[in-house]
Amino acid sequence: MTKYVKTICPYCGCGCSIILHVKNGKIVRTSPAVNDSINKGTLCIKGMLAHEFVHSPERLKMPLIRENRSFKEATWDEALGMVAEKFHNIKEKYGGSAFGVLSSARATSEENYLISKFSRAVLATNNIDHCARL
Amino acid sequence: MAGLAQTMGAGAMTNSIDEITQTQVLFVIGSNTTEQHPLIGSRIVEAIKKGAKLIVADPRKTHLAERAYVHLCLLPGTDAALINAMMNVIINDGLINEEFIKERTEGFEQLRQNILQWTPERAERITGVKAEDIRRAARIYAGAERAMILYCMGITQHNCSTDNVIALSNLVLLTGNVGKPGAGLCPLRGQNNVQGACDMGALPDVLSGYQKVKDPRVREKFSRAWGVEIPEIPGLTVPEMFEAAEKGIIKAMYIIGENPVVSEAHLSHVEKALRNLEFLVVQDIFFTETARFADVVLPACSFAEKDGTFTGTDRRVQRLRKAIEPLWNSKPDWQIISELAARMGYPMTYADPSEIMDEIASFTPSYGGISYDRLEGPGIQVPCPHKDHPGTPYLHKGSFARGKGKFIPVDYTPPAERTDEKYPLVLTTGRVLFHYHTGTMTRKIDFLNKKCPGPFVEINPADAQKLGISDGDEVYVKSRRGKIKLPARVTGKIKQGVVFVPFHFAEAAANYLTIDALDPVAKTPQLKFCAVNIFAGSEEHGDS
Ligand code: SF4
Repeated sequence: MTKYVKTICPYCGCGCSIILHVKNGKIVRTSPAVNDSINKGTLCIKGMLAHEFVHSPERLKMPLIRENRSFKEATWDEALGMVAEKFHNIKEKYGGSAFGVLSSARATSEENYLISKFSRAVLATNNIDHCARL
Repeated sequence: MAGLAQTMGAGAMTNSIDEITQTQVLFVIGSNTTEQHPLIGSRIVEAIKKGAKLIVADPRKTHLAERAYVHLCLLPGTDAALINAMMNVIINDGLINEEFIKERTEGFEQLRQNILQWTPERAERITGVKAEDIRRAARIYAGAERAMILYCMGITQHNCSTDNVIALSNLVLLTGNVGKPGAGLCPLRGQNNVQGACDMGALPDVLSGYQKVKDPRVREKFSRAWGVEIPEIPGLTVPEMFEAAEKGIIKAMYIIGENPVVSEAHLSHVEKALRNLEFLVVQDIFFTETARFADVVLPACSFAEKDGTFTGTDRRVQRLRKAIEPLWNSKPDWQIISELAARMGYPMTYADPSEIMDEIASFTPSYGGISYDRLEGPGIQVPCPHKDHPGTPYLHKGSFARGKGKFIPVDYTPPAERTDEKYPLVLTTGRVLFHYHTGTMTRKIDFLNKKCPGPFVEINPADAQKLGISDGDEVYVKSRRGKIKLPARVTGKIKQGVVFVPFHFAEAAANYLTIDALDPVAKTPQLKFCAVNIFAGSEEHGDS
């Protein structure tokens, strides 16, 4: 059975609506949405292939922690525990101005809001920006 | 968006994408729209078919430039001179909109004084565009009842980016081409949620809804909402952060979904900064070039594995819907941040992103009326201040966000770096249709890699001949900061004296060559202009 999920193309700022075709937990195809969409049934080549990178075997599969010159896989508990501890120590030692946070113009708005809140309320810094200033 | 905020009070696309096909004249400057914003590119072609006239200002003969009524083939970085000269023609020909200027603007007299010096002949010497073509373009633009200007990185990635945007804004105000459907000034946002990221306050000087950190009332409001003091001093921009990291002032960075090791200007600088950090966390979908420098790498999930919203380039808030469960051990960014906050003693308890949006709406005026139950249809264009508000298809109807539109005279600022005998060519960078930004997503896709497998440098046949370079030759492109090796693509589509390198490819990252001079106000790096030379791959000079 195929499930169809209407969502937004992850690439440019045009905001085309796409339909992801999901079969057994795998996205097998992307098609353009016709109704309630800015693109009205069309998609550029990038949009047509919007799903392809999702199942790429090259995806990061586990948290990684540096060990000398390489990385070792870690659990979320280990990785987040380590980040929390280091951030905490740096904040204690140098204060909020020792942090820099880069947010992403590809993350959702909700995520960008949380990243801003995290920077300001938890790390105590206004050093937050994203790479695509326009 | 510093420029537009100063002149009109809002830094966003004034119109809707649908209005492109309803306008009479389109002026596209510094945007290779077909490759950067394909849907908008095809809407422009549709508009031409319906009779709209297209003016394109670009040093490359882009897909749209080939279809343009007038193609202003200007030297990179000379936009302000070109726009000033267009205004000179409009004023001298009496094509200004006097009523609009009187009712809705301020500062006209100062602008007029400045513009009188900008004859098309003077601009011709700076821009390389024939005075006659500048006159034609000016008359077409000013002669229309509804005209739209679209611009992108070509305008904003210069050390004079704020001035360029202000010059365009002056042109719009001079002709009253704003505040009605099909008329306005449209910055095209690059990545899909640039508008959303800015609206949400992922910026050093503002909180969500562009509420200024400096304003004590704003800080008080957010301090109350978030339950902690908000730091008072505005923060650092991306290039400033890397500078501070290099100097050892910034000790730790948290980089989420970005790959500055490929995307930022003057890369060797960025790498040095990252190496200098005590602690670096990178959160991404793939193991990026930037992740190589990390101490901890956190696996985020893709757009298909989470709910949320994106705000498109025309300010349309639309729903992203989860199609599949997070793959492998990845988690959505919002969840990772919430868990990390909780571990640091600041609980963030959201059952799902709709609750985050409710919080955003409660103290972000422009999103006041946004909630997930209203986003089932085609989305809502912000500003949308309350629950019964239908959204805003075009901005500045009746009055500007800042009250009156403001004319600010600007002059042409020569690029921070000039060409000379040793570096006689101008390098400009940009994107190609088949890839997206630094390529972390698109380069994983076989089909796209076959269409455009690797980096290249575009060079005009006349320049190529002088340098003894043929199409397909491996060449070195060298600037005062570094060099890269890549194949040459000899093409008449690029202006003589100018070369073009796309910036998606880590193996020959164009940004090793670029200069990190910043626009003094907007802090956008000068990615679009630097002086270079080219050598055949076998020549010794390449290594000197
Ligand atoms: S389908 Fe193409 S034009 Fe539409 S949002 Fe995606 S990349 Fe942009």
